[in-house]
Amino acid sequence: MATPENHEDPNERPPVIGPEHDEGQGPRRRDFLNIAAVAFAGVGGAAVLIPLVNQMNPSADVLALASIEVDISKIESGSGIKVSWRKQPVFVRNLTPKEIAEADAVPVSSLRDPETLEQRTKPGHKNWLITLGVCTHLGCVPLGISPEENRGPYGGYFCPCHGSQYDTAARIRGGPAPKNLFVPEYAFKSPTTVQIG
Amino acid sequence: MSFPWAEHYAPKHPLMRYLDEKLPLPRLVYNAVGAGYPVPRNLNYFWNFGVLAGFALTIQIVTGIILAMHYAANGTVAFDSVEHIMRDVNSGWMLRYMHANGASFFFIVVYMHIFRGLYYGSYKAPREMVWLLGVVIFLLMMATAFMGYVLPWGQMSFWGAQVITGFFSAIPVVGEPIRQWLLGGFAPDNAALNRFFSLHYLLPFVIAAVIILHIWALHIPGSNNPTGVDVKGPQDTVPFHPYYTAKDGMGLGVFLICYSLVVFFAPNALGHPDNYIPANPLTTPAHIVPEWYFWPFYAILRAFTVNFLWIPAKLWGVVAMFSAIALLFFLPWIDRSPIRSANYRPMYRIAFWVLVADVLVLGWVGKSPAEEPYVRIGQFCAAYYFFHFLILVPLIAKFEKPLPLPNSITEAVLGHDPEAAPAVA
Repeated sequence: MATPENHEDPNERPPVIGPEHDEGQGPRRRDFLNIAAVAFAGVGGAAVLIPLVNQMNPSADVLALASIEVDISKIESGSGIKVSWRKQPVFVRNLTPKEIAEADAVPVSSLRDPETLEQRTKPGHKNWLITLGVCTHLGCVPLGISPEENRGPYGGYFCPCHGSQYDTAARIRGGPAPKNLFVPEYAFKSPTTVQIG
Repeated sequence: MSFPWAEHYAPKHPLMRYLDEKLPLPRLVYNAVGAGYPVPRNLNYFWNFGVLAGFALTIQIVTGIILAMHYAANGTVAFDSVEHIMRDVNSGWMLRYMHANGASFFFIVVYMHIFRGLYYGSYKAPREMVWLLGVVIFLLMMATAFMGYVLPWGQMSFWGAQVITGFFSAIPVVGEPIRQWLLGGFAPDNAALNRFFSLHYLLPFVIAAVIILHIWALHIPGSNNPTGVDVKGPQDTVPFHPYYTAKDGMGLGVFLICYSLVVFFAPNALGHPDNYIPANPLTTPAHIVPEWYFWPFYAILRAFTVNFLWIPAKLWGVVAMFSAIALLFFLPWIDRSPIRSANYRPMYRIAFWVLVADVLVLGWVGKSPAEEPYVRIGQFCAAYYFFHFLILVPLIAKFEKPLPLPNSITEAVLGHDPEAAPAVA
């Protein structure tokens, strides 16, 4: 065994400075290198995760399905149509005066998700109830857009899958759903045309 | 993992000796399912189901790899590609029916395997890790089965994807963004179909890996047995091969007969006719039901119909459903009774059978429409499910007076232990 004082073998490397040589002298250079290397690798690893996670988000072509125009001139009072927007159904319903009165008669404070019909429609178009046709419970399409379908005890929409009941303003009134049917962004382009999205 | 009375592997042929030095695979097999793994001599047919589950997974992987050669994971053609498999691909109909019904049979044998574990206390020390890994396998199976069911892109597939990913929208605040991230869109579509296909192909191999851990963890303490009494010596065991390879072979034969009967004579009995309607994002089927093996959990999900304690019913339902499974992770510590087998636990045995009945009723409720009286029955049975695990099992462990245990497995089998010292001269 060669000692530091006895360097005769040219292949002999100088002894590695181990912890026993600098114990009690505060942080070593190796500590700094360890922390710096791990931190650098950690940041790099985390940065790689971002695209791996982000690729799962809706892609540009999915997001590009922005808006549709709907002709509502043929929808009779008391009836409605189902249109496809962002691959999801949208209910466009022409409420009867009776249905509007029923919706207005409900004290808002008694609702699970308190909103008035006024807040859920556009000014001057209170008979046009436009909502996403997606049950806020687990995403089924409720029945009731056509008058022949089961509209449930509150005369709006009814989801037979899990029993959610919506009133004539598409507000949740019974069953497991937590929210009213969602009102998407829309605007009246003319008295007979609505742009959704 | 070698037991003191396990026979040691001694290769005789020079080639086997060479192999044992370089890559001791024969030794591994010998120690896993040969004389190197001594098994209690009294295992009954309920101990077949582990092997059957492994066999069912093999069927699924083999048929699945073949089906993937013909299937197209694209929303516009997925449904048609499944019909192509059914009509045009040689033997395609058989492979698809084997795969679809294979999933059902996988769940049948796994449920038997789980309830075997519950009855005979296989989840208790020293086998807690075996049980935990088993619950992990069960969760992976559920995820895999769900994503596989989505792939044919029929009405039930589509709406199953909509409803199951809807669970995530129950999470406060971030729920809806998480759902959109999972689906890659606002509703199930191509992006979701593609990633489900990718994961449906991947997860079975993850399951296979966890099964290896499950068996590894089992072979350290060794197999449990119907008495729940520990192995005391070599007289209590027999070598795995030929004794249990033969017994498992018998069970496998019965399994294959039942499986073939369904595949060839009633291949659609366990499916839902609505899945032969192509997916339509604008119309929900009148009655959405999952596959039969999810019915009990679906019933627990639907048991919550009103908001209470400031938490919406939707979140309660989802939390309850996941808790019903997560609960099983804690079972080894919930049940403090030192006795394993229900054969010697008179009170636990009754509670066990009531639980079985409760789960069966939950299943019946889960397949029934969401109306009275099913809602009320489902609520009662869901409450009982949690009552059983959280209250009944700990209380029984405390107050039950167990029956006298046999001194050894051999004594339980023969009525006396010929090699034990006579207790009375």
